[in-house]
Amino acid sequence: MIDISHVNKWYGPTFQVLKDCTTNVAKGEVVVVCGPSGSGKSTLIKCVNALEPFQEGQIILDGIKVNDPKTDLPKLRARVGMVFQHFELFPHLRIIENLCLAQEKVLGRSHDEAMAKGDKLLDRVGLKAHATKYPAELSGGQQQRVAIARALAMDPIAMLFDEPTSALDPEMISEVLDVMVDLAHEGMTMMVVTHEMGFASKVANRVIFMDKGEIVEDALKTDFFGSPRSERAQKFLSKILSH
Amino acid sequence: MFDTLDFDVIRRSLPYLFLDGMSFTLMLTGLSALGGLIFGTLIALMRLSSYRLLGRIAGLYVDFMRSLPLVLVIFWFYFLVPYIGQWLTGASRPIRVGAFTSSLVTFIMFEAAYFSEIMRAGIQSISRGQPAAASALGLTYAQSMRYIVLPQAFRNMLPVLLTQTIVLFQDTSLVYVLSIPDFLGAASKVAQRDGRLVEMYLFAAAVYFAISCFASWGVRRLQARIAIVR
Repeated sequence: MIDISHVNKWYGPTFQVLKDCTTNVAKGEVVVVCGPSGSGKSTLIKCVNALEPFQEGQIILDGIKVNDPKTDLPKLRARVGMVFQHFELFPHLRIIENLCLAQEKVLGRSHDEAMAKGDKLLDRVGLKAHATKYPAELSGGQQQRVAIARALAMDPIAMLFDEPTSALDPEMISEVLDVMVDLAHEGMTMMVVTHEMGFASKVANRVIFMDKGEIVEDALKTDFFGSPRSERAQKFLSKILSH
Repeated sequence: MFDTLDFDVIRRSLPYLFLDGMSFTLMLTGLSALGGLIFGTLIALMRLSSYRLLGRIAGLYVDFMRSLPLVLVIFWFYFLVPYIGQWLTGASRPIRVGAFTSSLVTFIMFEAAYFSEIMRAGIQSISRGQPAAASALGLTYAQSMRYIVLPQAFRNMLPVLLTQTIVLFQDTSLVYVLSIPDFLGAASKVAQRDGRLVEMYLFAAAVYFAISCFASWGVRRLQARIAIVR
């Protein structure tokens, strides 16, 4: 589904953020990407739907080459959902309008169709009662659940999560993770940048560990948590699991 | 000192001053603001575009307009527009352009330079994550601008845009150099006809002051309301 091969990316002439990154996410697979801050994990996931350009290598998404200048990027991006660290709901639109806009403007669905889909998804993330509110009236956890619903409204073939719980207060993290776990159990293909190792151990198939722009470890979940091979991954794990 | 003044001239000329003069002024202000905002937004988008050349052209335009006194631009345009029209339409003689059209075009072009800077600041005030989220949903650049970025930029900048429109309202009085009967022009005509300069100019000043003051107060109230919503 997502094939990343030999991706190199530089900021400016000298600073290399991604170094020869190669990995893949199969259909129905849940892959968690972790690593210390500045390791390039967010950059990598943003390369997948070309929100970030890269200079070398290639990414193939459902058979389509992302970094081909001929690729119709808006069309491709519409097929992959993305959830951001800071939610990025559209503050000037009501919750339900946040869910309907792209359905109507990008997929060409009728207003009624979009509303029906939006209603269903809001119900699913437990926020049906908030449909006519504005994003600023919701808590962080609620906003992030809306953001997930907004992405799902496009019937994506895969979902990308870029640190979806990092900006949340601790008591709100689980409500968002619950939605993500459900999604994983339904067989959604997911690539998730997160530090939530509980989530990783519960639903991930594979865990990728990145450091300094490199993919240091790419292992099955059990192998990764059982006996990470690299010293850097061991150190990282002991740090975030120690409390 | 007021003994020699005759304020009744104001009462007598009220219908002319407001029905002709003020309605012209308000129409010119409204249409110029609207046109200036649309054209200014386009310039702002050019300035922020990733195509360097477009940005340079827009930048030059803004600098050029902002470096000229408005009166000069009004004059220039008035004499130039007929020839530009001739050139554009390929007519054999300079086309006749009314004073209203000429001044409207001038103000739209001139105000666009100012509105574009306001809209540019407004667009830049939107976090990068917003257009990124729009792109991630599959919206094109144009759709992202139209539905996500510009509405927010416009809302954030509304108080500044309105304040600039109040300045524009006062600036429209400069069309008086073309002998157009806008509010000031009308007042000035009456003043010279009846020899009542002091009365009429005092009255004109009072009206401009009252309207601008009231409008500024309205903008401040609006600003307070927006601040609460956000």
